[in-house]
Amino acid sequence: MISIFPSLLNGAVITLKLLASSMFFGLLIGLLFAILRINKNPIINKFAYGYSYFFRGTPLLVQLYLIYYGLANIEFLRNSFLWVIIREPYWCAIIAFSLNTGAYTSEILRSAFQTIKEGYIEAAQSLGVTKKITFFKIQIPIAIKQSLPAYGNEIILMLKGTSLASVITIMDLMGEARKVNVLTFKPFEAFITAGIIYLFLTFIIHNIVKYLEKKYGFQT
Amino acid sequence: MELLSFGDTGWGDELFFATLMTIAVSIAAMVIGFVFALIFTPLKLSKNKTLNIIGNCYTTIIRGVPELLVIYLLFFGGTGAAMYVASIFGYDGYIEINAFITGALAIGIISGAYSTEVFRGAILSIDKGQFEASKVLGLKKNIQFYKVILPQMLRLSIPNLSNVWQITLKDTSLISVTGLVEIMRQSYIAAGSTRDPLFFYSVAAVLYLILTFLSMKIINKLEVRYNKGF
Repeated sequence: MISIFPSLLNGAVITLKLLASSMFFGLLIGLLFAILRINKNPIINKFAYGYSYFFRGTPLLVQLYLIYYGLANIEFLRNSFLWVIIREPYWCAIIAFSLNTGAYTSEILRSAFQTIKEGYIEAAQSLGVTKKITFFKIQIPIAIKQSLPAYGNEIILMLKGTSLASVITIMDLMGEARKVNVLTFKPFEAFITAGIIYLFLTFIIHNIVKYLEKKYGFQT
Repeated sequence: MELLSFGDTGWGDELFFATLMTIAVSIAAMVIGFVFALIFTPLKLSKNKTLNIIGNCYTTIIRGVPELLVIYLLFFGGTGAAMYVASIFGYDGYIEINAFITGALAIGIISGAYSTEVFRGAILSIDKGQFEASKVLGLKKNIQFYKVILPQMLRLSIPNLSNVWQITLKDTSLISVTGLVEIMRQSYIAAGSTRDPLFFYSVAAVLYLILTFLSMKIINKLEVRYNKGF
């Protein structure tokens, strides 16, 4: 059990890297699409809704395969500069995970935007604050604070989601556990140790989010 | 479109049966999940500390580890365990456990953890007066549960159970790694033999979208039906 620990820890580092980059890009995508969702133009609105409907309605595995195997099928992309990115499984995983978490994040932020009390915006208007400043200095901070608990859940869901990277040959925590299982024929040791590491990571993320909620949480 | 025709030349019929398989696994997993939920919900609500810890361990562990891990553990571990038991009885051959059973059981254990949380929340949100009133009426404990608490619990949990159903439906795609021929596995095979992954994975995505869309429609109908009179 001790001998397999270092390789699993190496895998855990890859898992965390995947998680951090997809959460970063996912947050940007989510914020963008949340803004598009509350836009009054029906075409933009429908587009953003379609995006989130597709990515929340299909399994992450399908999205991962579509990007990893599917995009390589397009001749045009293979000849463009993008090929450098989409031929790497690592980047494909990050693209798939970011788009997926982006869809969920956009829903979380949208509902946060919609539950902001009218009074805050009216107060800003009566103080003569411009629309742009109201949006960036009042609406966005409040929305982010309000969505912290739901976003914490999303981070944990994504941590579990990164384990799918192992099916496209990335040696993350799950991939290392599979390798150990194949080499030693000891499925219980390999997968239970990996499970303990995953639980530990979940525990840490949960507590960080709880701390942030306590510190920055929004009291209404 | 020729690729999707039914018969020997196209993949239409294969994908159709794969879709039925996905639905079958999801329903089996959901039912297994209910069984787990009905065992663990009382444990989580119990006042006994040990039982409480057992219930909490189940939901915390299952919701804290990746779904893929549970599937691998049951798939590889289950075979090993079955062979070990068989070797005690003097059988040394290779035993392979049916992929459908392991898959449904693995996804069922996962969806059970989510259902447990849903049921627990529903019972906690039932008005205290209902418990007290049924006690005052002198109803026995089990009648109190079956006639008063259970119907209300089910009504309150329908919206959240629809989320659990969606998660379960999407989780079944992970069973494809064990070789069970459902939508994902079938598209993988088709993509491999026709060298057109983009097309077949798009078809898979559309099939999943259709399934989630239809189940949403059905669940919404149920919700309206069970909320009559409220």
